[in-house]
Amino acid sequence: MTGFVERVFDNVWLAALVKVVAVFALLLVVVILLVWIERKLVADMQNRLGPMRAGPFGVLQTLADGLKLLLKESVIPRKAELGVYMAAPIMALIPAFLIFLVIPIGEPVTVGGTTITLQGMDLNVGVLYLLAMSSLAVYAIVFAGWASGSKYPLLGGVRATAQMISYEAAMGLALVPVVLFASHRLGGEVPLIGTMSLSQIVELQQGAFRGFVPGWFVFWLAPSFIIFMIAAVAEANRAPFDLVEAETELVGGFHTEYSGFRFALFFLAEYLNMFNLSAIAVTLFFGGWLGPTWPEVLPGWISALLPIVWFLAKTFVLLFVFIWLRATLPRLRYDQLMNLGWKRLIPASLAWLVLFTVVTAWRAWGAPWSS
Amino acid sequence: MSFTDWITDARNVVFLVIALVMVGAAVVVVATRNVVHAALTLVVALAGSAALFVMLGAEFVAWTVVLVYIGAVVVLFLFGIMITRAPIGRDSVRLDHVRRWPAALIAASVFGVMAWSTTAAFGGEEISDGVLKAENIGDLLFSRYVIPFEAVSFVLLAALVGGIVLARKDPDR
Repeated sequence: MTGFVERVFDNVWLAALVKVVAVFALLLVVVILLVWIERKLVADMQNRLGPMRAGPFGVLQTLADGLKLLLKESVIPRKAELGVYMAAPIMALIPAFLIFLVIPIGEPVTVGGTTITLQGMDLNVGVLYLLAMSSLAVYAIVFAGWASGSKYPLLGGVRATAQMISYEAAMGLALVPVVLFASHRLGGEVPLIGTMSLSQIVELQQGAFRGFVPGWFVFWLAPSFIIFMIAAVAEANRAPFDLVEAETELVGGFHTEYSGFRFALFFLAEYLNMFNLSAIAVTLFFGGWLGPTWPEVLPGWISALLPIVWFLAKTFVLLFVFIWLRATLPRLRYDQLMNLGWKRLIPASLAWLVLFTVVTAWRAWGAPWSS
Repeated sequence: MSFTDWITDARNVVFLVIALVMVGAAVVVVATRNVVHAALTLVVALAGSAALFVMLGAEFVAWTVVLVYIGAVVVLFLFGIMITRAPIGRDSVRLDHVRRWPAALIAASVFGVMAWSTTAAFGGEEISDGVLKAENIGDLLFSRYVIPFEAVSFVLLAALVGGIVLARKDPDR
């Protein structure tokens, strides 16, 4: 067994194939659970029961719904622009799956002589890749809205472009302090050593300060985290920023004309994006897979699996926040959304970036007049 | 080197496929009758250039191209198209220009000059160490190329101010 695993992971192509399939399976399972958890939590907050019939506590409800959508008739509007209309749901899924490939979900595992990183690929520009991929998600919504050949989807598509462009800027600016802080931690006083690799950013969050507080970046970069989370909710088009599919104004927004399995793909992409954004926040601010593994008390295979458990547990805590927001806050008006993005979040993230840079430089090299 | 030698190298095959897709997409951008299709094929062409940067090992530049051009510039084009007119099917306005042949000539000559100057400058020599990592790019931008960098940022600032001046409401009216 060990020899077989070693041989598979020694081959670059086979290792990549195994990892991609594993990521695909993990994401699908997570989405099935997530949809169920959301329905249960929202039901709880509204004093309802939520899904109860399919499986224990209704856990199989998502599977049943998926099967139903798969078998349903797919209605294609006569005025639809067929090629783009068909491609849009697929365009929604591709970036959602690609983002997760760079996120480390566990400690590198050593089997025999080979080390297996639990990460699709470790890009040295990981943070940039995350931003680039999440900026592609908007295409699916715009093209779905346009290609449906109907007015409400088109309005949803227009809203999506404006919203996602605005909040992407805030999100990108909120992540700059993370890269700066990681580089500061890595290089210390030596300039020109920096990192944007996600596995390295996770490893830099190891250790603890004041005895018991873990060295997660969120304790230094809380403003960045808050700005990132607000922008993330807007990027995922979730309530209170779900103007793209506001059902009271736009019927169903960009996916009004989609039915059957194509609608299911959009639904899947939305939940994947939510999970991805939470996983990114956990990796950058909450120490990723770091956590106690107690290797001397527990058997080896349990402490090898614990990092993955920590990662998923932290991610689901943030997903709870997403669902909580949806059940609590009313939808913003469109001008309020734009005001919040351009007049509050972007100036706030710029001010925080300048403040953080000045303080970090001051601490590393002393006051500008001291030398 | 003969063509058969050239084509047996897998890297050259990948390059050839990417380059052909890019050229095809670029032709569709200017030839299509539907402005949204033009934007979509422009994305394909830009993605091809990002792929070429990945092939050169310049990941930073590649993902910056994706982030800035595909993720922002073309999305803004689309936004402009959607809020003015979003043609479905054949566009009612002809996407054409009377001076299309001079434009084609200029495009061809720009290509010729670029191709000639690149091959004349480097010839067949192999460039061992490129500017690959973000670190090298930052280093070069803030030492050797600092003046062009500052000039570009000044131009961008001027464009930004111009945009605000054009867009704001006149307080007198």
